[in-house]
Amino acid sequence: MSQAEGSYYVPHDSRWPVFGIPGMTLLAAGFSVYLNGGDWGVPMMVLGAVITIIMTVMWFRDVVNESVAGKYNAQVDISFRQGMAWFIFSEVMFFGVFFGALFYARVFSIPWLSGGDPATSQYLWDSVVLSWPTAGPGMLDLQYQAMGAWALPTINTLILLTSGVTLTWAHHAIKENHRQKVIIGLGLTVALGLMFSSIQAYEYFYAWDELNLRMDTGIYGSLFYMLTGFHGVHVIIGALTLFVILLRVIKGHFTADDHFGFEAAAWYWHFVDVVWLGLFVFVYLI
Amino acid sequence: MSSTTDTAHHGHDDHHHGPAYGITRWLFTTNHKDLGVLYMSFGLLMFFIGGAMAMVIRAELFQPGLNVVDPYFFNQMTTMHALVMIFGAVMPALTGLANWLIPVQIGAPDMALPRINNWAFWLLPAGFVLLLATLFMPGGGPAGGWTMYPPLVLQLGDAFPFLIFAVHILGISSIMGSINIVATVLNMRAPGMTLMKMPLFVWTWLITAFLMIAVMPVLAGAVTMLLTDQYFGTSFFDAAGGGDPVMFQHIFWFFGHPEVYILILPAFGIVSAILPTFSRKPLFGYSSMVYATAAIAFLSFIVWAHHMFTVGLPLAGQLFFMFATMLVAVPTGVKIFNWMATMWRGSMTFETPMLFSIAFVVLFTVGGLSGVMLALAPVDLQYHDTYFVVAHFHYVLVSGTVFAIMAAVYYWLPKWTGHMYDEKLGKIHFWVSAISVNVLFFPQHFLGLAGMPRRIPDYALQFAEFNMISSIGGFVFGFSQLLFLYIIIKCVRGGEKATDQVWDGAQGLEWTLPSPAPYHTFDTPPVVR
Repeated sequence: MSQAEGSYYVPHDSRWPVFGIPGMTLLAAGFSVYLNGGDWGVPMMVLGAVITIIMTVMWFRDVVNESVAGKYNAQVDISFRQGMAWFIFSEVMFFGVFFGALFYARVFSIPWLSGGDPATSQYLWDSVVLSWPTAGPGMLDLQYQAMGAWALPTINTLILLTSGVTLTWAHHAIKENHRQKVIIGLGLTVALGLMFSSIQAYEYFYAWDELNLRMDTGIYGSLFYMLTGFHGVHVIIGALTLFVILLRVIKGHFTADDHFGFEAAAWYWHFVDVVWLGLFVFVYLI
Repeated sequence: MSSTTDTAHHGHDDHHHGPAYGITRWLFTTNHKDLGVLYMSFGLLMFFIGGAMAMVIRAELFQPGLNVVDPYFFNQMTTMHALVMIFGAVMPALTGLANWLIPVQIGAPDMALPRINNWAFWLLPAGFVLLLATLFMPGGGPAGGWTMYPPLVLQLGDAFPFLIFAVHILGISSIMGSINIVATVLNMRAPGMTLMKMPLFVWTWLITAFLMIAVMPVLAGAVTMLLTDQYFGTSFFDAAGGGDPVMFQHIFWFFGHPEVYILILPAFGIVSAILPTFSRKPLFGYSSMVYATAAIAFLSFIVWAHHMFTVGLPLAGQLFFMFATMLVAVPTGVKIFNWMATMWRGSMTFETPMLFSIAFVVLFTVGGLSGVMLALAPVDLQYHDTYFVVAHFHYVLVSGTVFAIMAAVYYWLPKWTGHMYDEKLGKIHFWVSAISVNVLFFPQHFLGLAGMPRRIPDYALQFAEFNMISSIGGFVFGFSQLLFLYIIIKCVRGGEKATDQVWDGAQGLEWTLPSPAPYHTFDTPPVVR
């Protein structure tokens, strides 16, 4: 093992986790108070968010400084890779829940409500026939339209796929120590990410106002906003991360063989990309 | 062993400081031993809080009729007892053991991600502040059962969002702790410490951590859908919108079944460490133990609907989940027989850790066999939601996991503190606990078979005797744990000096270290042959 090359870096102490804990607690408690209709909810959330952001920034600043100071040996690098890979695996499982809910609704609950399971349909809504997309048997009169796959979602698919290409191009450039190309590639990727988010924001307004497609539009609306919403949040986080990496590239933090920060952000971005392909196929297309 | 007095490395002063003084040592620590102590202390505190809730439950059930508490408060107690014990007591205690032991068992200088380690611990008090605060809110705390089934859970008062976010925060803590453990085991092993040479405790924790990374996000997703159903108008669990309340149960138990193996697998690892020591023989069938653990973990993903036989599953589903569940008995049986073969013709002695471990093997088997009964779909229609189920999972969780944790505490306490615990008191603690836990839970089998439903504060007169016996067992078991606390405190404060090896049959890297182990160990990795 690589331990023999030098000792494994263990920081003296770590102040930022404990600093951030009240922030996360306030964020959660504030949101709860807000949902319960209390007056103090929003100020608590704002304070909690500020503390949490400070924690994140300062924590990463410490890590970046240590990395630049050369305190991390090859074994620490492997720990970071392991950590990031398993974190992405946990995210895969998180999205898996909502995809699972989508498949369950389409394969089981909708057909059962439509007479596939005699008891369910007889006792609840006799002789109702539902087909996907549906707002459910309790809202048969609701007028709404489903979000089609062509136009906006297709454009967004192309944007994300292109961003994957530009990011890989930047990755090749970083391995060749060609900083100018890295900056261009990363800049393009972040720009494409922002474009994606803007188009998705437009799509949401369009769906909400023009299509009358909302979160309370039954199971279809629920799944549509849950899946695309969590994905959209991940795009924004991924783009922010890539933007920070872009700043670090400009500062010259990375070398041809030592640039795990870049790779971690790239892994995350590709993961978000793959989730989108699943969304495009299962939410929009079929 | 010279590995602890490391003078060969210059320019790495940051490795050779002792602990900081005062409260900041505990707040800011990145040391795996400090964090192990914090985790285990937190687990012990929650064990007593959750235990106090259990005492309220048993006091109410002492006699038929509504005697002690309001029924709604009783429901809060059953719900919170489960949440506190699972997420507050057992999981942190096991994670604490992992933090303390895994680095010293594989010859690593610390955990792979020390800052994440600190964060993962301190998220726990945050989550429990939110969760326990709900007891004082308008509408009271969560009262619909720890499984949070809709639509019942949606009737909760102000506590509802706090419950959801507490689960989120505890989930983040578990995922971060688990990522750290996987990275440590895969990346930090000393030279020569191949995977198949790792102590079984490390193996079981590696697999447990994998399970946690896989299923805690599933729970997070499930409760997020509850939140949006309640406040944002979604219809995931509402048939009127095309959703299905049963879908929540599927998602919850896809988390929940691996979760119960998360609670038991590290206990297997503990017992697999202790039985060989006091039998003075190597563990029988090491590799089969590893494969059996992996098999149990795999099966845990395909048995979840055996918690739902009464919801109206299709016949094919009932058959599949029944047979898959019974398959779990095969690798589990491999483990039980391996433990028995380990003890077979060994030079056995019966110190307190050994007593708890043997009790684990016997009583866990009782719980395992009642589990096989519950796996049978036609039989489960009768047993479902009765005290038979309560008896089953308390046999595997209390006389199983909790006994294993106590065995681990007695076994490694001399290594942690440098002092031997009071063996006489330890033995008293064992016998009182082992007898009272059976008085507490064994009659619940009969109550359940006779039809007494769980989670109800009152019952028919025919159940009176067994409930009274169970409650008496419960009070004795509950209060005898104060003796456990006393023994730990006494051992921390002083006692007979422990040797480095502590137990004459003990094998493994941790026993090559001085007792108490220094603040930093294995800065230079030991060589494992």
